[in-house]
Amino acid sequence: MKFTTLLWIYLSLVALLAITIGVALLPVESAFKPVVGLAVATTKAGLIAAFFMELRDRGGMVRIFAAAGTFWLLLLFALSACDYLTRQWH
Amino acid sequence: MTNEDSMTLDPVARHLTDRLQREDIARLGMWLFLSTEVLFFGALFLGFTVYRLSYPADFIAASKHLKVWLGGLNTFVLLTSSFFVALAVLSAQRGERRGATRYLGLTLLLAIVFLGVKGFEWYQEFQEKLVPGWNFILPDAGEASSAHQQLFFCFYFIMTGVHAVHMLTGSGVMSWLILRCRRGRGTLSQTEVIRIESLALYWHFVDIVWVFLLPLLYLTGLD
Repeated sequence: MKFTTLLWIYLSLVALLAITIGVALLPVESAFKPVVGLAVATTKAGLIAAFFMELRDRGGMVRIFAAAGTFWLLLLFALSACDYLTRQWH
Repeated sequence: MTNEDSMTLDPVARHLTDRLQREDIARLGMWLFLSTEVLFFGALFLGFTVYRLSYPADFIAASKHLKVWLGGLNTFVLLTSSFFVALAVLSAQRGERRGATRYLGLTLLLAIVFLGVKGFEWYQEFQEKLVPGWNFILPDAGEASSAHQQLFFCFYFIMTGVHAVHMLTGSGVMSWLILRCRRGRGTLSQTEVIRIESLALYWHFVDIVWVFLLPLLYLTGLD
């Protein structure tokens, strides 16, 4: 990891922060805003994980361990969604 | 595969016979811990999502009480602190004791700024009578709406509170690490580098959690 790489990632993160707040303040269709907000947050998280947390440099096992948390989180949300989305059967 | 380090190893860890293995183990261990933390915060995020989708209008109304500029400022502070801690790791990997401790010191400074801003926000919300279970009153809302908005504030205080506890713990460990590293001399030892890297991983995780808290809590109200 070089200094300039870290600097570029940091500047990108700040730019993404500006975008997420900017879009939230704009008079745009309000269904659109949370989608953009979460998409930007996911991108920022990805950049932090790949570059600041050095996942891009480390192979195999570390990436699997890192992915495990996200995988379990997705299971948590997916199975809970199954519950709520199937509650209209009365 | 060399055995050079096993004579200087901590007696408990003598099964780790080379440098790369010691680094790997530390990294895997920290990521495992962070995976459990993902689930810990994940449960709170799930709860918030369920109620956000159940009572959208009330949650949007409640979110309007939060100060977006303070949330945004704190996000900027935390992103910068992540940048500094990444630079500390870079210095540490080059063995630079002074560089690493300086960057860690800057990170700690920004952490204190973050906690100060957060405390100020909470104080404001207390003044505006938005603390559930303490002084929560919304004079203009109906009974159902008030209950739902109070739910939003339960999540707000608990999620930012738990996050702040993580920041405090991280800051405490960072202070200890800075003092330890300053007392040493010469190039950083592998143990010290591993400690700095592990703390940095934890710090970036706490940053990632905040990055998700910002749109969910603060930006919901801007529609």
